[in-house]
Amino acid sequence: MKNLLLALGVLLWLALPARAQDAFTAALPGLAGGFGDIATSVEQLGALGDPRALPILRALQAGQLQKHADGRLLLPGNTDAATGQPADASGAETVRLNNRVRQALRGALGRLQLVSPDAAERGAAAEAIFRSRSAEDVPTLQAAIARETDAGVKAKLVLALAAAQLVAPDEEAKRDAIARLGAAGTVEARALLIEARAANPTLVTAIDISIASIERSLSIRRAAETLFQGLSLGSVLLLAALGLAVTFGVMGVINMAHGEFVMLGAYATFMVQEACRGIPWLAPWSLPLSVPAAFLIAAAAGAALERGLIRHLYGRPLETLLMTFGVGMILQQAVRTIFGAQNREVASPAWMQGTLMLPGGIAVTQNRLWIIVFGIAVLLLVIAAIRFTRFGLEMRAVVQNRRIAATMGIRTGRVDALTFAFGSGIAGMAGVALSQIDNVSPNLGTGYIIDSFMVVVFGGVGSLAGTLVGALTLGVVNKVLEPYAGAVLAKVFVLVAIMLFIQRRPRGLFALKGRAAES
Amino acid sequence: MTSTSPTLTRRAALGGFGAALAMPALRPAFGQGTPIKVGVLHSLSGTMAISETALRDTVLMMVDWVNAKGGVMGRKVEAVVVDPASNWPLFAEKARELLQVHKVDVTFGCWTSVSRKSVLPVFEELNGMLFYPVQYEGEEESKNIFYTGAAPNQQAIPAVEYLMSKDGGEAKRIALLGTDYVYPRTTNRILRGFLKSKGIGDADIMEEYTPFGHSDWQGIVARVKRFASEGKKTAIVSTINGDANVPFYRELGNQGIKAEDIPCVAFSVGEEELAGIDTKPLVGHLAAWNYFMSVQGAPNTEFKQLWQSYIKNPKRVTNDPMEATYTGFRMWTQAVERAKSTKVDDVRAAMIGQKLMAPCGYEEEMLPNHHLSKPVLIGEVQEDGQFNIVWKTPNAVKAENWSPFIPENANRRR
Repeated sequence: MKNLLLALGVLLWLALPARAQDAFTAALPGLAGGFGDIATSVEQLGALGDPRALPILRALQAGQLQKHADGRLLLPGNTDAATGQPADASGAETVRLNNRVRQALRGALGRLQLVSPDAAERGAAAEAIFRSRSAEDVPTLQAAIARETDAGVKAKLVLALAAAQLVAPDEEAKRDAIARLGAAGTVEARALLIEARAANPTLVTAIDISIASIERSLSIRRAAETLFQGLSLGSVLLLAALGLAVTFGVMGVINMAHGEFVMLGAYATFMVQEACRGIPWLAPWSLPLSVPAAFLIAAAAGAALERGLIRHLYGRPLETLLMTFGVGMILQQAVRTIFGAQNREVASPAWMQGTLMLPGGIAVTQNRLWIIVFGIAVLLLVIAAIRFTRFGLEMRAVVQNRRIAATMGIRTGRVDALTFAFGSGIAGMAGVALSQIDNVSPNLGTGYIIDSFMVVVFGGVGSLAGTLVGALTLGVVNKVLEPYAGAVLAKVFVLVAIMLFIQRRPRGLFALKGRAAES
Repeated sequence: MTSTSPTLTRRAALGGFGAALAMPALRPAFGQGTPIKVGVLHSLSGTMAISETALRDTVLMMVDWVNAKGGVMGRKVEAVVVDPASNWPLFAEKARELLQVHKVDVTFGCWTSVSRKSVLPVFEELNGMLFYPVQYEGEEESKNIFYTGAAPNQQAIPAVEYLMSKDGGEAKRIALLGTDYVYPRTTNRILRGFLKSKGIGDADIMEEYTPFGHSDWQGIVARVKRFASEGKKTAIVSTINGDANVPFYRELGNQGIKAEDIPCVAFSVGEEELAGIDTKPLVGHLAAWNYFMSVQGAPNTEFKQLWQSYIKNPKRVTNDPMEATYTGFRMWTQAVERAKSTKVDDVRAAMIGQKLMAPCGYEEEMLPNHHLSKPVLIGEVQEDGQFNIVWKTPNAVKAENWSPFIPENANRRR
């Protein structure tokens, strides 16, 4: 009798893994089928928790899983997915994914990676389960929380548990989960609560309290994000307008080709990137390197334009306007002929991609953040150049009184050329920043020329502080209006507001006083 | 047959294009008669140059192709290229120039609906013939225009149906984002009507427009994210046109919107547009067209080879409007051969019912409403900038240029 029991026990012990093996092998052939079959078998594999599924699902996610026409699956390195034996790869084709499969994969991989030794992977797993939660995850998550040591991962696991408990039948756990999701204060948590509201009529009051508390923290965060977006737009306007603040504001030249200098700067960025492409250690630094390159190229073009054409037209603003407009068109078409009508791709370095989470859950995009920093740096550079260098001194002298400056031995023609080149070079530097957020195309500059003039006139011609305040004001006002009026109307409102403002104060925000203003 | 080379007038030599002139020794022998003139009315400068230059090249390629085969009815074909410079009124002037000064027999041209609306009265007044190769909003029919791109029921509606299906993610809320002009506004009006008929109310539809060339998408993408976080699966339907798409997709990537969570289906983004953009963050986002470069089959292989050898670049991509230009041109040569005439009225009659095994892998037919029957394909963006076709119609779909969802025109349907 005892022997018989023992034999039964041994049989059971043998049968259990065999059953698991059966489920595992039974789920595999689906991966060679249509998108619906793949998604189903991915879900099955995730639910089984069999570690053998992990390499298969990872290969599938990376697009490296291959299939034969007869349904045999191949892992990278040509091993058979079911048996682990080497296999023939000829005639095999890659298993394709669609969004439904990707969604299933995220959940399945999350469940399998919950036991990973790597904390980052466990964190990602917790997030994946949060998104694809189901009632069956509750015990797994509770076990994972009990053994978790990393505080950050633990917090994510607790949230994922709350998400799973929200769809589980236990009423008491649900109340807890609702309170915890409310405290989390994220948009994702709010989405889950709204979804749960319809399914749980008895818990509506608790859910509403949680949603209201999320709304409160979200509204503060939203205001902060709008402010950031406004500052970001403002910094772009500032960059585009700074060069004009020098050529138009200081020299009084209405340069309609200003936008094209910005465009030249963006193309310089593209050329530096292409030049750096072959040198691996240099490639990540191509963007900082293109700042001086863009400055020099645009400055050279500016100097040539000033010496060649503009100096013959000083004091004739209408002719200058028409002539520079024509030069702008020539530059555009020249770039189109050299580089083609297609947009050029300027890649963003890794440190400029993605979103940065500030404390309080405020999300700011990296590229915009860097452009704000860059805009401030360029502004300081311009102020320093005008204040503290000999060239800046000569420039101010020529602007204040050209004749006396000339009698003091300043070569005014040379200072004019340098000032114009300086302003154009700044436009080129703006092009480096714009290559990160806009298209590098021959038309790049035309989109910014009106805005630049608007900023300079609004801020007060000849005042750098005015340019700064003008750019940031316009950026923030535009972004605050946008949600109510839409992108098109917001811009119209801003233009109308500027028109009215200029009627009242024709000299802009920061009007120059004294003799310089009279001339 | 004696080799009587056609006399080139100075105007034709000036206004036109002469690949054949460059190699007189290789010129095939053409029969009697003056050359047949093909007008090319695509923007070669300005904002639309990015998309339209490839179409000019496609027409020139087809002219070379037909001349290498001995021309049409034994007559040589000559292209007359003009540049309307993305300037809508200039389109009408250039169309008039093509018809009255150059006396072209047929014209291939236009991309944006606003440019087509601008030239339509000219073609009707002077009884010209225009082949328009781009998907558009419908609600139009002219005896002087053949529409070889998709009507809304061949692109927009099937795409939204896909988003609402199980495979597409069962979207229950839709964000309609578009550029501010006639095509996106009309298409979104049709889609709104369609969504209502499927039980999706106004509260679950978001609609936003931006100007051409818009580059600051932070606010709009943030609002879409918020719209998507209200407890229902959300999808984006984009009718954003031109290069504004690049910063739009970059912003989607930077704000971490993944295709699994909020898929975005676009109607104006093809292989050519993806060529200038880092596609890694976009993998899984969708586009609906009637042709993708990744279509398998002999007609597409032939088309791709023709293009890449003409443009002398094995990396250049093909796209849907190029395929529509190719199909239109081949149908026009077939119709001229059948009518044995280049007169607009004769060719028009011969065009109806023309069939062609198109590069999209389906047989397309010119319908009496001057539109084509076309298949609908939905593709997901891949890392290499090509599309992975995830859904397609079993047969070519007949075009309905008058949408049942625009009440005032619905009774004009045939």
